[in-house]
Amino acid sequence: MFMFNLLWLIPLFPFTAFVLIVLGANPNKKLSHSLAIGGIGLSWILGWLTFFTAVFTPHFGEHPVRLTFDWFPTGNTWFETGVMIDPLTAIMLFMVPFVCLMIFIYSVGYMGYGTEHVDPRYSRFFAYISLFATGMLGLILADNLLLLFIFWEIMGLCSYLLIGFWFEKKYPDPRQITPKQAGLKAFITTRIGDVIMLLGMLFLYSRVGNLTFEHIFSHETLHMLAEAQVTLPLVGTLPVATVIAILIFGGAVGKSAQFPLHVWLPDAMEGPTPVSALIHAATMVSAGVYLVARMFPLFAAVEHGPQVGVVAFIGAFTALFASTIAVAQNDIKKVLAYSTISQLGYMIAALGIGAYVAGAFHLITHSFFKALLFLGSGSVIIGCHHEQDMMHMGGLRQKMPITFWTFVAGAFALSGFPLITAGFWSKDEILAHAWEGFMHEGVVSWPFYVWLLLTIAAFLTAFYTGRQISLTFLGQPRSHHAEHAHETPHSMTVPLMLLAFFALTLGFAGIPEEIIGHGRNWFHHFVGHEFAATPLSVPVMLLSAVLAVSGLFFGWLVYGRKPLAKGQPDPLVKALGPVHTVLKNKYYFDELYQATVVRGAIGLAELFFKFDNRWVIDPLVNAVGRGGAALASGLYRFFDLPVIDGAVNLAGKVGVALSVALFHFVDMPIIDSAVNLVGRTGAALSAAWDWIDLHIVDGLVNFSGWFTERVGRAFRLIQTGRVQNYALVVVAALILLVAVYLLR
Amino acid sequence: MVIPLAWYLIVAAALFCIGLYGALARRNAIGILMGIELMLNAVNINLVAFWRYVRPQMLTGQLFAIFVMTVAAAEVAVGLALVIAIYRSRDTVNVEEIDLLRG
Repeated sequence: MFMFNLLWLIPLFPFTAFVLIVLGANPNKKLSHSLAIGGIGLSWILGWLTFFTAVFTPHFGEHPVRLTFDWFPTGNTWFETGVMIDPLTAIMLFMVPFVCLMIFIYSVGYMGYGTEHVDPRYSRFFAYISLFATGMLGLILADNLLLLFIFWEIMGLCSYLLIGFWFEKKYPDPRQITPKQAGLKAFITTRIGDVIMLLGMLFLYSRVGNLTFEHIFSHETLHMLAEAQVTLPLVGTLPVATVIAILIFGGAVGKSAQFPLHVWLPDAMEGPTPVSALIHAATMVSAGVYLVARMFPLFAAVEHGPQVGVVAFIGAFTALFASTIAVAQNDIKKVLAYSTISQLGYMIAALGIGAYVAGAFHLITHSFFKALLFLGSGSVIIGCHHEQDMMHMGGLRQKMPITFWTFVAGAFALSGFPLITAGFWSKDEILAHAWEGFMHEGVVSWPFYVWLLLTIAAFLTAFYTGRQISLTFLGQPRSHHAEHAHETPHSMTVPLMLLAFFALTLGFAGIPEEIIGHGRNWFHHFVGHEFAATPLSVPVMLLSAVLAVSGLFFGWLVYGRKPLAKGQPDPLVKALGPVHTVLKNKYYFDELYQATVVRGAIGLAELFFKFDNRWVIDPLVNAVGRGGAALASGLYRFFDLPVIDGAVNLAGKVGVALSVALFHFVDMPIIDSAVNLVGRTGAALSAAWDWIDLHIVDGLVNFSGWFTERVGRAFRLIQTGRVQNYALVVVAALILLVAVYLLR
Repeated sequence: MVIPLAWYLIVAAALFCIGLYGALARRNAIGILMGIELMLNAVNINLVAFWRYVRPQMLTGQLFAIFVMTVAAAEVAVGLALVIAIYRSRDTVNVEEIDLLRG
């Protein structure tokens, strides 16, 4: 149990690496990647130790471990926060740090360490991915929704930074999305989901007064939430638990790129390939599924409520929808991106119909083989000198043998090749669960639709995987770059081999009990002790095996048997016709969103601009100004000129007449003689004063003028016009005052 | 081990001085804004530290910190708008060259 006390260290290691790289280590590339790999390596060691401790702790599932401290007071109680480990967290701790470690090691080779192609922002890259790993590790360990949300947003930030890592890149075709735009798109699209999730959290908090998982999932709370009703406009009366579940599911839809917020994920391929692997395998998109799995008791609180339909439908629909798009893509990473969306749909659909264990199992196996596939495709891209179009590849099997065999392992796992791959066992468990639900509930039920859609998607998955292998590795090179392809360095191939091992063998942890004997389905026992095991369904298993093999075979038949020649078009274009165009353009979702959401937002902004500058605010201000001016000129013309001026003129005329009269009768005879007398006396006196004035008074006046000017010149020097200098004077005076105060 | 209150105050004081130095010594207007942000955040650290150590049963310190953040956000919005306006009219954000108030 001692291991569990160190849980909080796990996210701290990569965070320390992040801080050290950012603050000091960044000029030294080797030190930077050593710190990043060391940080995640320590997390990995601690994570696996914790995982195995949990595995060997009897009845671990019934007694999750929590380490908490008080965060801030809320009314009479304290909001607690901390870390928690239960079986779900434990299996995530098995997956996340290991896959991250593989990706980190791989990044050393991918970002060109020790070659002349080394990335100019090499150290920064390692800082970002360390922070990303911190976000994911913190998320899986969080024991309450608020802390989870904080780490969730850290990942959102890192995804923005990393997808737009090559932000200076521009393409000649203005319609092709640039890394900068892709980063923004990912950030804004996931933000929509996050806001919905935040609403769900707030609603939950307002009802329960606590966000700790332990408290939310207690029997009484769940019962209370399921019983309470809330009436919403347009929707009607629903149980509170259902509303909260659907709102929180909104966050998962954004993060896990489910329909209709799936548009960001394919464009996220603009980031460096290790980032694609990090986002689409180990961390970001898994976080959405993890959230639904974590909140599963809430989703299951109301049986057969609308949330089942919402989650199951979105998951299953996304699985099929994305797999059809993947068929028509030519970019090696885009195919994988859509396959990720499709596989995430599998997990969401599984959780929707209640297959908690199957969903979690597929989450783990998928992370391993999808990380493998992304890293494999990155290896191909580096080997082919940054060529990403599969139409320009071909014949890489001999040139890149390690990449080829590991890629095949991952691809077979993805398509669910029977018995020897992990993907087969986990995918089959989802299908079996759906089939069982269908047997119980009949044709008009969610499990049936889920099963139907996922089965079709399974075939398509195998088909596009076969297509991808054939186009990339088989046949003859179709371009100059592919002819000169080379195997990648060991830092890239070793992670591939390690991941390939898990992509093949991990499924054996969850083989149905009917095959290997009672009590041997280890995964189910560890994670889902409170759920009944999904019974084995032989027809379903046979069907999915046949579909996987035939899909792969079909892909090989179309693209591998007679390999495409250089410049030859995709045979599917002819076979599918206009359907292919629609698929190639991803059902025109980007265009639709551009026309509605983006244009709508810009239109609204223009509307506000016009409201401000053209229509209301500015015209109003101008009108007030003009009114004032008109008033002033009116007053001048009608009041000032005739009335005031007239009065002034009249007064003037009266004054003139009066003064003339006074001059004649008073001034001349009496005053003048008196004045003359005073004048003479004055002349004598003034001669005396003159001397005083000239020599004393003038001297004083001149001195004061001269003195003022001197002082003014001196003070002018500090009047620099630079506010900072003034502030400096203020601070100096402050320090002086403080000094005086202290020394008093 | 309980970290004494003084440690937080020292960190906050150090942060405040760094921010003050930045606000006084940076030539770039954005850098000055960042310095001011640092000073405001140093105040926040003080507020939260005092709240935690002196009167944890009330929410005043935290609320005040949030209040400061809000004001800081508004201040940055206005500050950046001013910087942009100055940049448009004078083609520089170097405060040495912005001396319209010179006597």
